[in-house]
Amino acid sequence: MAFLKVNHLKVYYPVRGGFFRRIVDYVKAVDDISFELRQGETYGLVGESGCGKTTTGRTIIGLIKATAGEIVLEGTDLTKLSRRQFYPYRKDIQMIFQDPYSSLNPRKRVLDIVAEPIRNFEKLSPQEEKRKVQYFIERVGLNPESIYKYPHEFSGGQRQRIGIARALTLNPKLIIADEPVSALDVSVQAQVLNFMKEIQEEFQLTYLFISHDLGIIRHMCDRIGIMYRGRFVEEGTCEEIFRNPQHIYTKRLLSAIPNADPRQRRQQFHLREEVEREYKQSYHRYFDDDGRVYPLKKISETHSVAIP
Amino acid sequence: MTGKPILEIDHLRVSFRIQDQYYAAVDDVSLTVNEDEVVAIVGESGCGKSALALAVMGLHPPQKTKLEGSIIFKGTNLLSLSTSQLNKIRGKDIGMIFQDPLTALNPLMTIGRQIEESMDYHMKLSSMEKRQRTLELLKRVGIPNPEKTYHRYPHELSGGMRQRVVIAIAIACEPSLIIADEPTTALDVTIQAQIMGLLKELQQQMKTGIILITHDLGVVAEMADRVAVMYAGEIVELADVETLFHHPLHPYTRSLLHSIPSAQTRKEKLHVIQGIVPSLQKMPRTGCRFQSRISWIDESKHEPNPILREVEPGHWVRCTCYQHFYFPHDHIGDVGYGIS
Amino acid sequence: MLKFILRRIMMMIPQLFILSVLVFLLAKAMPGDALTGQLASNPKIDAQTLEEMKEKLGLNDPVHVQYARWMKNLLQGDLGISYIHKQPVNDLLAGRMWNTILLSAAILILTYMIAIPLGIVSGRWTDSWADKLIVGYSYVSFATPLFIFALIMLFIFGFKLGWFPTGGSVDIQVEKGTFAYYLSKLNHLLLPALSGALINTVGTIQYLRSEIIDTKVKDFVKTARAKGVPESSIYWRHILRNSFLPIAAFLGYEITGLIGGSIFLESIFSYPGIGQLFLQSILQRDYSVVTALVMISGLATLIGTLLSDIILSAVDPRIRIE
Repeated sequence: MAFLKVNHLKVYYPVRGGFFRRIVDYVKAVDDISFELRQGETYGLVGESGCGKTTTGRTIIGLIKATAGEIVLEGTDLTKLSRRQFYPYRKDIQMIFQDPYSSLNPRKRVLDIVAEPIRNFEKLSPQEEKRKVQYFIERVGLNPESIYKYPHEFSGGQRQRIGIARALTLNPKLIIADEPVSALDVSVQAQVLNFMKEIQEEFQLTYLFISHDLGIIRHMCDRIGIMYRGRFVEEGTCEEIFRNPQHIYTKRLLSAIPNADPRQRRQQFHLREEVEREYKQSYHRYFDDDGRVYPLKKISETHSVAIP
Repeated sequence: MTGKPILEIDHLRVSFRIQDQYYAAVDDVSLTVNEDEVVAIVGESGCGKSALALAVMGLHPPQKTKLEGSIIFKGTNLLSLSTSQLNKIRGKDIGMIFQDPLTALNPLMTIGRQIEESMDYHMKLSSMEKRQRTLELLKRVGIPNPEKTYHRYPHELSGGMRQRVVIAIAIACEPSLIIADEPTTALDVTIQAQIMGLLKELQQQMKTGIILITHDLGVVAEMADRVAVMYAGEIVELADVETLFHHPLHPYTRSLLHSIPSAQTRKEKLHVIQGIVPSLQKMPRTGCRFQSRISWIDESKHEPNPILREVEPGHWVRCTCYQHFYFPHDHIGDVGYGIS
Repeated sequence: MLKFILRRIMMMIPQLFILSVLVFLLAKAMPGDALTGQLASNPKIDAQTLEEMKEKLGLNDPVHVQYARWMKNLLQGDLGISYIHKQPVNDLLAGRMWNTILLSAAILILTYMIAIPLGIVSGRWTDSWADKLIVGYSYVSFATPLFIFALIMLFIFGFKLGWFPTGGSVDIQVEKGTFAYYLSKLNHLLLPALSGALINTVGTIQYLRSEIIDTKVKDFVKTARAKGVPESSIYWRHILRNSFLPIAAFLGYEITGLIGGSIFLESIFSYPGIGQLFLQSILQRDYSVVTALVMISGLATLIGTLLSDIILSAVDPRIRIE
């Protein structure tokens, strides 16, 4: 059984217009997507800005209400739960945010930041709480003495580790990482990414990894879903997507990545031209008359593509 | 392949005043840009790459900045010019492209007016001619329906279209040098590919020199002819693009290349550069500035006052430590980036 | 645009309705009524006559009946009758309303005439001696209460130096409609307007200053400099236009604030406007006047905010009203 199953998830926002501000249309931020996460894997959600990947992550963690569909975590449909019923599941799903500079309250000490989820869910004595916080702070590679410092005393990479420590305190099962390293410098990125891999093994974590950076996705993920305008265009293992992309949008996305070998400059350029030509010629094979992406169709056990 | 030099930066130091003391953010940088050449300046945030670009444009606030050395543009030292003299050059002979197209355009002015504005001061054209030229520019940077876009405001365009407008402003008076400060960083990857293609195309048509400031080594590999790697205010390595990617020498360059996940090949583990970039105030001013971050290399392997030295024709490296550098224990071996 | 204004006006109706209910109930809940102060203390009037008069005025009807009657009159433009002045509130307000509008407009114009140049100087040359002086002035004026400042102004320029009249809105001798009449009006207006404006500038100066300081370092200003645009044009075309946006947006709210300020100014300078009338009416429990004035200032507030939105949409292309 899948660990997390997202079924026909839709998140629509009404567009109001006219004299009485009636709903005239919907913005379909997430438009009928389904995917599964298996225990212990890293699933990458990729796409360009506005494709709905962040909305998907936030809906799973309960920050945004789903318009329709199911989010089934270990057999329980989270969308059917009331606020109070949802509360215990909050522990199981934690989030790592993009910007380590704005996601930590500057007026709170590291101790209070990391202990916040513990205080919400567990009753611990101050000593126990402190010991637990120090344990996790040490686990993320920071000095346990630093729990009395404030966020501004840390570098960007260290702050992101504090954010990770906070996410780990309640032994979550699923971590949603929304662009966790895009605000960081490349050398710091490496540090955080390596570290995320290490703790995944140690704490048996499942990751939903949201990113626009295909290099990072390839490095981190086992399986990938590519999103475009609120829908999935392709889903498969990392190798399938990168070596054998089927949907024209995936091809376009992959060919757009800068090639880090200057000797292949010309080839890369020609590849892009070719893909662009194919995109123009065969647009209607991949998009319906409204420009909408078709539903996913399985082409192998693990690989699905949105073609009619 | 490359023509004569148009910009010669010589021993440039850019210092900022922090609490009544000046700290150099760009330290002893010498660099030449030739006609029809793309020189990339790469480095992480705080390495001084943007401060260098703004110094060439004279965009640092004079009360808080000290500029030493010289920046010779076509025979004139830009640092010796007054603002009004500089205004005859910027926008006309040197154009600039900024990082964030969202904020780089005035929200209250139409696209057409913003492009025409630089012509107001540098070209003697009637308003009809200016309009005509603006429409041509919009077409040239790949904006569909120029007549309509001419009357639009920035918020009505997408990010990619806005960046095309920013480029149109930069090339409005056919400059011989363009400074592009992270021109694609704020854009989605497919838009980035389009903008890189456009810049390359324009550069080839107009034979302009380009200084490309970026942190993205992929962009460098696709765009640049020569590359300068900056660390802590200094150029640590300078070479043509192929050499830099296939035979990098300086420990920082090599570490950087190994720390980036690639979409072309999958690495087991990314290299992590130890420690952090020192802040402007705490930056060591003598010795090799990268020393503290490769602590396993013996101190004696560094030069006391390292200079940028030409080790092969056209390949410059700072400090002798590169001759002794190796990656510690569990590393995947020291090969160039992108080829596996 | 028209649609937007219409919709906003439609939205005002429930807002005004709630305000009217509140005002009416508050007025009713106050101890005493229009007769209490005037007649009840008069020994010549006995309890029965008082009761008859109450009955006649409808003061003994249930509250909702009284409210309905009041509302019906209000909708017909009849604000009721002042028990104190013994004349329709409409007549009572007519002349005063114009005086208050005149005073408010004068304060607004003077405020902007003082605040805009000071704000620009202060924002453009930050940390210069001029900036420090202006910031110092704005702190002092922020800390000084309007009524104390107005009293001092009145004392110095009105009584001691005698440069300005100390009360009224016009000389009684001058004939209405002549040039001398308008001159006299202006003369009476100047001192209260200046007092109000000097205290009122602080918000605009500070807003403009910090707005210019913020805009100065924006990327599009760098773009403009990189185009070779001369410094003076950078300021006029790029920095100031953008910095004026919040000032323009605040104009409507500014108007609302002036209504409150007029209570002090008009009382101190014995200037016959609605602010002065408001204070008197409260003291004399002339509720029909009080409720009318609250309704009017409520309407003015709503129109002020509407005006703000319209102005903002006119100057900022990012805000478009369909």
